[in-house]
Amino acid sequence: MQTTFPKLLLQHAAERPDAAAMREKEYGIWQTLSWSALAAMVEALACGLHQAGLRRNEHMVVVGANRPRLYATMLAAQSLGAVPIPLYQDAAAAECVFPINNADVRFAFAEDQEQVDKLLEIRERCPQLEHIYFDDPRGLRKYDAIGLASIDELLAAGKAFAALHDGFACAEIAQGQPGDEAAMFFTSGTTGNPKGVVHTHNSLLNRAQAGARFDGLTHAEEVLAYMPPAWIGQNIFSYAQWLACGYVVNCPESAATVNIDLKEIGPTYYFAPPRVFEGLLTSVMIRMEDASAIKRKIFHACMAVAQRVGPARMNGQPVGLVDRLLYRLGDWIVYGPLRNNLGMSRVRVAYTAGEAIGPDLFTFYRSIGVNLKQLYGSTETAVFVCLQPDSEARADTVGVPIEGVEIKVADNGEILVRSPGLLKAYYKDPEATAEVLSADGWYRTSDAGFLDAQGHLKIIDRVKDVGRIAGGANDGAMFAPKYVENKLKFFPFIKEVVAYGDGRDRVCVMVNIDVEAVGNWAERRNLPYAGYTDLAQKPEVYQLIQDCVEKVNADLSRDQLLAGSQVSRFLVLHKELDADDGELTRTNKVRRGFIAEKYQPLVEALYAGKTAQYIETAVKFEDGRSGQVSATLKISDAKTFVPVKAAA
Amino acid sequence: MTAKKIGDVILDVRNISLSFGGVQALTDISFDVREHEVRAIIGPNGAGKSSMLNCINGVYTPQQGTISFKGQTFSHMDSHQVASMGIARTFQNLALFKGMSVIDNLMTGRNLRIRSNLLLQALRIGPAEREEIRHREFVEHIIDFLEIQAHRKTAVGQLPYGLQKRVDLGRALAMEPQVLLLDEPMAGMNLEEKQDMSRFVLDINDEFGTTVVLIEHDMGVVMDISDRVVVLDYGKKIGDGTPEEVRNNPAVISAYLGTTH
Repeated sequence: MQTTFPKLLLQHAAERPDAAAMREKEYGIWQTLSWSALAAMVEALACGLHQAGLRRNEHMVVVGANRPRLYATMLAAQSLGAVPIPLYQDAAAAECVFPINNADVRFAFAEDQEQVDKLLEIRERCPQLEHIYFDDPRGLRKYDAIGLASIDELLAAGKAFAALHDGFACAEIAQGQPGDEAAMFFTSGTTGNPKGVVHTHNSLLNRAQAGARFDGLTHAEEVLAYMPPAWIGQNIFSYAQWLACGYVVNCPESAATVNIDLKEIGPTYYFAPPRVFEGLLTSVMIRMEDASAIKRKIFHACMAVAQRVGPARMNGQPVGLVDRLLYRLGDWIVYGPLRNNLGMSRVRVAYTAGEAIGPDLFTFYRSIGVNLKQLYGSTETAVFVCLQPDSEARADTVGVPIEGVEIKVADNGEILVRSPGLLKAYYKDPEATAEVLSADGWYRTSDAGFLDAQGHLKIIDRVKDVGRIAGGANDGAMFAPKYVENKLKFFPFIKEVVAYGDGRDRVCVMVNIDVEAVGNWAERRNLPYAGYTDLAQKPEVYQLIQDCVEKVNADLSRDQLLAGSQVSRFLVLHKELDADDGELTRTNKVRRGFIAEKYQPLVEALYAGKTAQYIETAVKFEDGRSGQVSATLKISDAKTFVPVKAAA
Repeated sequence: MTAKKIGDVILDVRNISLSFGGVQALTDISFDVREHEVRAIIGPNGAGKSSMLNCINGVYTPQQGTISFKGQTFSHMDSHQVASMGIARTFQNLALFKGMSVIDNLMTGRNLRIRSNLLLQALRIGPAEREEIRHREFVEHIIDFLEIQAHRKTAVGQLPYGLQKRVDLGRALAMEPQVLLLDEPMAGMNLEEKQDMSRFVLDINDEFGTTVVLIEHDMGVVMDISDRVVVLDYGKKIGDGTPEEVRNNPAVISAYLGTTH
């Protein structure tokens, strides 16, 4: 069914006027906003914005955390046929200049003083920005900037306007068409200016509905919205699917209270990037380590059962009677209370996306009975491309293409997607649009991957990073550095990995150990060490890392495509890779090319078959001074395995 | 909400002298505090700042001098009476109930305003319950104002020092005071915590129109947020005026930086 966001709002308000649309915790109490109250607010805001001069096809910026009035403003803009642009609330002021000028934005919604300050700061560079409406008046009482007004004033003006023009907002909403532009999301380009991804009502809603059908979502779902609304993931979960399904979106009290709010709300549908799941698990583990010996014993015994039985149980595979009883017992004393403590007692469907998730982390949640799954998508595809069915969640794939999606793999290994959810265009950038969107409707994801025998999509790496082994036993085999690096990084002992192999006869890696995890491991073995450099060169540590590498090799050998990417030699670096030294990006991604240049003697030694190599490196200390670190690094061989043909 | 407009004298301290045995803590101190202003008392260690606050607060009884509050003159103040007249304070070394939650600590600040008797409160019936809800609502506004929502139910003793200071301030605010006495609100804080606390003090003064009297060591903070400053040294007043005037006062410079004699 094709419709628009504001039409869906009116539909919910007519069908279930008193049902909760949103909740926001204020003064310690969850305040409910019903669908009818929300619709009334949106209509008044739309009237106010129209009166202030917002017109069809014009753009309006919204910037702030998840708040009912932010979403109401987005709906009000869409009611008038205007296009909301959510911006990241933690972006620096200067980063907001480009989107605002690029889309000639005259209207902005700002959550609070912080956001207002930002917009006022860039106003000189964005002279067309006439109207700024703020939600939270705290600290803004003495501001007298022209065009700055509270959303309450806008609401009042809108109500007055509506009283004179009966049915104005509804008439405007009726004019909206599914093919109209609905929203624009700016993607952070690594180079150059960000690009505005234009989506229509139909592209967003079509995907939202397809995703909802896939998981059987209803209006009874509860969602906690705590990621930035400018991220399309959050926007889909707390806006597009919210209106498509009519469920309840809950806004946390503040960023600091998310974990408390999570427990209070008990969402049934949950979405977070892997680092959030990791953070939750770490906090549980730390508290468990502090618990009494008996509690720890019980916990670990129960978790062993969960690891063995839980995933199979979640995947609907048969489980023996004894295991079933043991799991029931564990659920009663450990998993149930633990889920409750994580705020996941009621979770029916939880998704993680955005980056690769470690198998242990993934299995942990599934083993305690949380239906955690992965999905694949991006801003350009309105998120939903591939989803994992409930009983087929695996750590190393991202699911099956859902209804409406076609996937094919280009000759260079790139995944191409055709779906009703694809972007309409990059805003004012036909060249960039043509680059990713072919005439017959295929979108280039720039991810390399393939569909496996079960029809699951597996992502390997970014296309531009995928290389080939040249010469040696695996001549011509595919080499995916990030895939190998991630597999190694999933071990808690390994912090960073840089893999080389493109155009070479075998794969070699340089490893950074995780000084906390390995240090702890060493202490428990009464292994004395002086610091990172000393610890890294211990023969015992080399053995530990070698075990990790060989486990990865054994795993890779079962992979049809990537068996040739097995690691044959490795070394442990004498210093931690650091963004200050230019070795990592600010978002902590390894800069392979730069590291290869900087540590050229090491790379050469790896490939020359040496067993040790002396290296000197300049380092920058945190106080800005620089110095030299030198060491003789050992280089070890790792066992590789004969590729195993996977049984289909 | 009223816009800040400095009004008439609300608190007038006249010729206060206080001694402990042979130690003369305060000698003939006089100054006034006007409504809605931020008034700072500064001075080196042992200058008598906290003693001055304790006299206003009724903890100490000065041997000489009078204190007038809203036109009423007292030769000595009584703590309970001071509180019920609308003067609240925070403490340099925190005096919170460490085992109690943030909410319970703030609720103690509402104590003077609770009308229902102990029995009704214990049984939580009828009017007592309604009253508690009303007070709790007020406390929730303070929690929102001081941005401590994440710590509502945390025992105060488990909070970091900077947050405990905030709770201490919150409890004083729970009394809805007309005059707020702050004893070194920024002591022991890092720069960020000091900035937060300065913002809260200014917001309190601005949004609620509360008159603030504060003792502070950090000269940067004092000069930034105060309307007028009193300078004490060895129990004597050596300066009084706007931050600018005080900064240029030779006696103050010599007390703080020392001079060659």
